[in-house]
Amino acid sequence: MPTTIKMPQLGETVTEGTVAQWLKKPGDRIEKYEAFVEVSTDKVNAEVPSPVSGILREIIVNEGETVPTGAAIAVIEESGAPASPEPVADAIMAAPVAPVHTAPAPAAAKGNGVSRVEAPSSVETLRGVSPAVRKLAREHNVDVAHVRGTGSNGRITAQDILDASHSSSSAPAAAPRTAAAAASDGRSSYTNPIPGTTIPLTQARKIIAQRMVESKHTAPHAWTMVEVDVTNLWTWRTREKDAFERENGQKLTLLPFFMRAVIGSLSAYPLMNASFSDTGIKVHKDINVCIAVALPDNLILPVVRNADKLSVKGLALAAGSLIDRARRGQLGADDLAGGTFTVNNTGANGSILSAPILPTGQTGIITMEAVVKRPVVVTGDAIAIRAMMNVCLSLDHRVVDGGVASAFLSDVKKRLEAMGPSGSL
Amino acid sequence: MAIAMQTREMNNVEAVRETLHDALVRDDRVLIMGEDVGARGNVFLITKGFVEEFGPKRIIDTPLAEASIVGIAIGMAMEGLRPIAEIQFADFIYPAFNQIVGEAAKTRYRSNGDYTCPLVIRTPYGGGVRGALSHSVSIEALFYHVPGLKILAPSTPADIKGLLTAAIEDPDPVLFLEHKKTYRLVKGPVPEGRYVLPIGKADVKKEGSQLTVVSYGLYVHQALDAARQLETEDVSVEVIDLRSIRPMDRETILESVRKTRKLLIIHEDNKFGGIGAEIAAMVAEEALFDLDAPIKRLCGPDVPAMGYAITLEEEFMISTERMREAMRELVNF
Repeated sequence: MPTTIKMPQLGETVTEGTVAQWLKKPGDRIEKYEAFVEVSTDKVNAEVPSPVSGILREIIVNEGETVPTGAAIAVIEESGAPASPEPVADAIMAAPVAPVHTAPAPAAAKGNGVSRVEAPSSVETLRGVSPAVRKLAREHNVDVAHVRGTGSNGRITAQDILDASHSSSSAPAAAPRTAAAAASDGRSSYTNPIPGTTIPLTQARKIIAQRMVESKHTAPHAWTMVEVDVTNLWTWRTREKDAFERENGQKLTLLPFFMRAVIGSLSAYPLMNASFSDTGIKVHKDINVCIAVALPDNLILPVVRNADKLSVKGLALAAGSLIDRARRGQLGADDLAGGTFTVNNTGANGSILSAPILPTGQTGIITMEAVVKRPVVVTGDAIAIRAMMNVCLSLDHRVVDGGVASAFLSDVKKRLEAMGPSGSL
Repeated sequence: MAIAMQTREMNNVEAVRETLHDALVRDDRVLIMGEDVGARGNVFLITKGFVEEFGPKRIIDTPLAEASIVGIAIGMAMEGLRPIAEIQFADFIYPAFNQIVGEAAKTRYRSNGDYTCPLVIRTPYGGGVRGALSHSVSIEALFYHVPGLKILAPSTPADIKGLLTAAIEDPDPVLFLEHKKTYRLVKGPVPEGRYVLPIGKADVKKEGSQLTVVSYGLYVHQALDAARQLETEDVSVEVIDLRSIRPMDRETILESVRKTRKLLIIHEDNKFGGIGAEIAAMVAEEALFDLDAPIKRLCGPDVPAMGYAITLEEEFMISTERMREAMRELVNF
């Protein structure tokens, strides 16, 4: 019996999807829950599992074509299944849609827009897949569809996922590691193209282009900068970093300290944490901070949600996990949605001045530039060698004027300069 | 306990008695008032001999008028005394509801901190003792909605001593619940001398890895029995004694649930809108993505009261066996 497969809705606000790649050819056999097509939206790429077992009879939408959600994309001839009164299957209803882990991480990000990709499965499998299983499966890169459940009625338990990840990660773990290691120095990396050739636009590149133009055309950018004396902060971070790395297995950079200061200032100046629209300025309740992460051929802005609830240590761990997963291509739509302000560590590449473009829907993007030792005039007209850092802010002039922006930036400066070895992580 | 302490074995009723006695000796602002606390020495003999030792000004027999008992105690507390008001059975507390909720809980807030109300209201609660309609009730859910009120329900003699001492020394009103079935049933070592536990801290009474059980009062002991029985089947259950119903120790509960990924809440009070509902909501809000099974509640049925007939009482009370089966089912889920 033929079952028509429809374009799934990968998130509440997503209205269309692009067939990125067919993983099966017409005539191929597909098992239930087996991924058979990769769909991309402006937020994520996702492999879509089949709701039924059978033979792929017909591909209706070709690779690269974009269709509205709910449109028919393929027909699968179901094998040996009892006749169903409703032959049309929404692919999203079949099984958890896992974000694609292999493809380069998707789509440049912005604040508003897409919400969830973890669409749950049919009522039947949804009952089995607990939130913990979903979370662990994503963290350990385990495909739930391939795990044998040992719980009641064959339910997949959290322990099953952990067991599956142990059995699969022992040998072939090397591949993703190297990719991560290549980028782990915090600098962006890319491969040189061959001169004289035209590089076809990837989906990600198209979206970045579109977003940048949209932002520059709609939000009048203004720009301002302060210089900050981070000598004491540097001392603090230097003192903490070895113990931190020992305890948490990741490096302690200046980023979480910087984020902490920025978040404090956002609380003090909520107008900086807002979105412009024709009907009014929406001042956000939550402070969700995007961190710009450069990937070889993409730029993404994963979000640290409710960042104001986190300590420096909490921010370090949250940001570390996001950056790591971004480099492994393991972010989901949830990790990319809902940002309200962006922090960009441009200093990691040695820059001392940048004029960033606002992510659409955000009022500010702030950069931390390279920390440079400079002779500085200090109290008493003496000259001292101090660790100095420039902090640059691009702002949406429709939302704030220079007064608020400068006050905000001064506040960031004040907070950073107040940080020192007596603080606690 | 970090320091090895001299301890003495006693039951819950002796722990209450000794703690009250110590407080009366230590601080002459402390006084006890309630029905039959004087000449009769309290219906469970908790204050037997107190009126002879401390005199009728500090051990005050009151009329059968709960609103007055609490109301007068509030006035005493606001003016510098440390009254311990006794409601003979929790079932009789309703007339004092207005005094507790409308006055005591709001004193600090209403006076902008000028006045506090260092009042302890002790009351025996709970069933399983053939107490029928008027001597079996659990009242915690009626009060835990009220900010400004602390509610404690310790289950062991040591916890009773530590928390009752803390309650008496606390600057704000504390409702101190004593499960009457545990009074003589539960025995244990109690540290000698002044012993104080922090209010708002739950206690992991047994560690385990596959399921978190949160309970308080009598059922902590049954839950521990059930968990120990399951240990022989290699089933590992963690049992948390809430001890303090409000403030609630969110961290201890969350930490445990994040570890075990499963939660069973057991209490005697009615299920609907009970303490378990708040714990479940809190865990769902804070730790949803750590849960590997639905949160389960094993609670008293939603009937108006505990019947006198043994069949009705047994139906209301949760047996250790039912607890064990619920634990097993959730672990195997």
